[in-house]
Amino acid sequence: MDSALIPEGAKRCPFPVFATGIAVVGAVLLWGVYAMGLCWLKGLNQTNMNDYYGFAIWIWADLAVIAIGGGAFFTGLLKYVFGIDELKNIINLAVVIGFICYSSALLILAIDIGQPLRGWFIFWHANVHSMLTEVAFCLSLYFAVLTIEFIPLILENRQIDKVPFFHNLSHNMHGIMAVFAATGAFLSCFHQGSLGGVAGVLYGRPFAYREGLLVWPWTFFLFTWSAAAYGPCFTLLVAKMFEGITRKKLVKDNVIHLLAKISGWMITTYIIAKIIDTIYWAGVTAPDMGFSFMDFYSNNSFYGIWILFTEIVLCGIVPAVILTIKKYRENKKLLLVAICLGVFGVCLNRWVMVLQVMAVPVMSFDTWALYLPSWQEIATTILPVAYGIILISLAYRYLPIFPQEQELYGTK
Amino acid sequence: MTQDNHGKAHKFGMVIDLDKCTGCGSCMVACMSENNVPFKEDETNKKDSLTWMTVFKLTNEKKFPETDICYMPRPCMHCGGKGDHGHSPCVSVCPATATDYGYDTGIVSQIYTRCFGCRYCMGACPYHARYFNWWDPKWPDGMEEYLSPDVSPRMRGVVEKCSFCYHRYQEARDRAYYEERRDNIEEGEYQTACTQACPAGAITFGDLHNPEHQVYKLVKPDPHQCGKPRNPKAFRLLERLQTNPKVYYISEREWVRKAGDNYRKGEWGQEKQPVHDKGHK
Repeated sequence: MDSALIPEGAKRCPFPVFATGIAVVGAVLLWGVYAMGLCWLKGLNQTNMNDYYGFAIWIWADLAVIAIGGGAFFTGLLKYVFGIDELKNIINLAVVIGFICYSSALLILAIDIGQPLRGWFIFWHANVHSMLTEVAFCLSLYFAVLTIEFIPLILENRQIDKVPFFHNLSHNMHGIMAVFAATGAFLSCFHQGSLGGVAGVLYGRPFAYREGLLVWPWTFFLFTWSAAAYGPCFTLLVAKMFEGITRKKLVKDNVIHLLAKISGWMITTYIIAKIIDTIYWAGVTAPDMGFSFMDFYSNNSFYGIWILFTEIVLCGIVPAVILTIKKYRENKKLLLVAICLGVFGVCLNRWVMVLQVMAVPVMSFDTWALYLPSWQEIATTILPVAYGIILISLAYRYLPIFPQEQELYGTK
Repeated sequence: MTQDNHGKAHKFGMVIDLDKCTGCGSCMVACMSENNVPFKEDETNKKDSLTWMTVFKLTNEKKFPETDICYMPRPCMHCGGKGDHGHSPCVSVCPATATDYGYDTGIVSQIYTRCFGCRYCMGACPYHARYFNWWDPKWPDGMEEYLSPDVSPRMRGVVEKCSFCYHRYQEARDRAYYEERRDNIEEGEYQTACTQACPAGAITFGDLHNPEHQVYKLVKPDPHQCGKPRNPKAFRLLERLQTNPKVYYISEREWVRKAGDNYRKGEWGQEKQPVHDKGHK
């Protein structure tokens, strides 16, 4: 039915099967859209947020998708700026994932603000001292860059490519893509970092506050670093998921192993920096504010020391070891374990830097504030996931996001 | 007017004598009435109620007969921020400049029509002094007639907080100009609603830059320590965070003063001094 749109020589499931899958995910998407509508029409009273928990699950989701979408800027940087050519075989996937993640982040922000129609005030009345202003500018600009990076891929659709103008446009855009990749990497460094800075500058919140360099707290650098380190894990995880679902090899092992190795070394360096940061914060920063390290991990029912262990050891040191040692990363099961732990770890880090920051009491007579999201919050958090699944499925079906697919099957 | 917090400009502040406060809540009621603060039909969940002035109940956690309690009224602290330069925790993070520091008054303002409800300021404030309008403001039928014409009601989706009854300052300033006194405002001309409503006289309000004002006499703010009180019985909430609030508390009770900040084991009594970097020269 839609065979004319499918990349030449590629095999895809029958259209009714595809349409059924999309319809199921589409139903979830509609559920999220309904919840989003409620939040926009009735206000944020549809959530379980409160004045103690002004930042909640959405902001975590926002930070998490941006972190795992970091594979786009980092892979782009490696391919176009550092010239690691093998990565051309996975860059399309990284760009699609990045586009989904960043568009989702912008959507989440649009739902999260109390007066969505005033969202543009962040640009118009910009406060240059605010990390959130930096986030808004860099995020929007980088999303524009990602769109520019995505366009040539769309133009490579079999039917669109037949139009000479689009064919030439795509060709020429590829030619100058290094400029956009470099711009994207620059912008991404700043917006990933400024998201870290959002928490790190809160000197009224000892759990989040960090010293730093000039106007940037250490979390600024740690967020950029962790996104570059763990983002490729998510790119690899999505590639593995595609291979599992389609039961086809889509990316050659040498590409997978190369990206895994780079990710492994990035995680290694990141986790060393994170450990140093944690030790300094626990030993100097927090005590200066009157807090002992364990004040942040006790006297509540959820945030125990397990969370720090999981983040640093289980989801930091373990994947770093697996991915840096050739024998381990070339073991399929261990590789999968490492990239899953990596993705979980960076999401957990973002959780801690949003939700635990809000939960920890600051005044000596205050209490821990724990929170459970409402169904509207859960639905609107799942909404971008459903949207992402639909968009990436469409991209896989109609666009050549895996350039090695045909070579691996010799069907061309 | 100077672009810092150290010139001849006013520095309005508040001193609350915790040994006088009975926890009656008059300050809260007066504040809500004065500032058109809306309320919910069901106010049991205090974490989404709008209470610009809220009263915390502290205990010394000792058993009878040594049990002691203290009521601590908490308005917005109108922090001067690190070094007292006006970079309050909330002002410095607001992405749309919807909350601003008045260098002529020391008051942290909130521009409701500019706030777009990101709530970053709420996350930044360690005192929970900022409140979000989760609902449309509603008053029972007829009660709109009682609203103050001097204070604009706020819409759903924006953050609000104590303004030190700024409209009263504007009124006093207008009167002073009209009477050709420029901005020479007498101490009694500008008082907040909570100050006037407190039946125990626990709240004192005035200009911390003016040695003639009661607030100055009560705490004797040290200009070389960003306004840290020189009165040993006075303290500011979370002094060690260097937020430099303009609300001071006084208590003869040591445990109350200790509750005003966080101390690690063995630190209390050592009087660990916060280092006020970038402070007054």
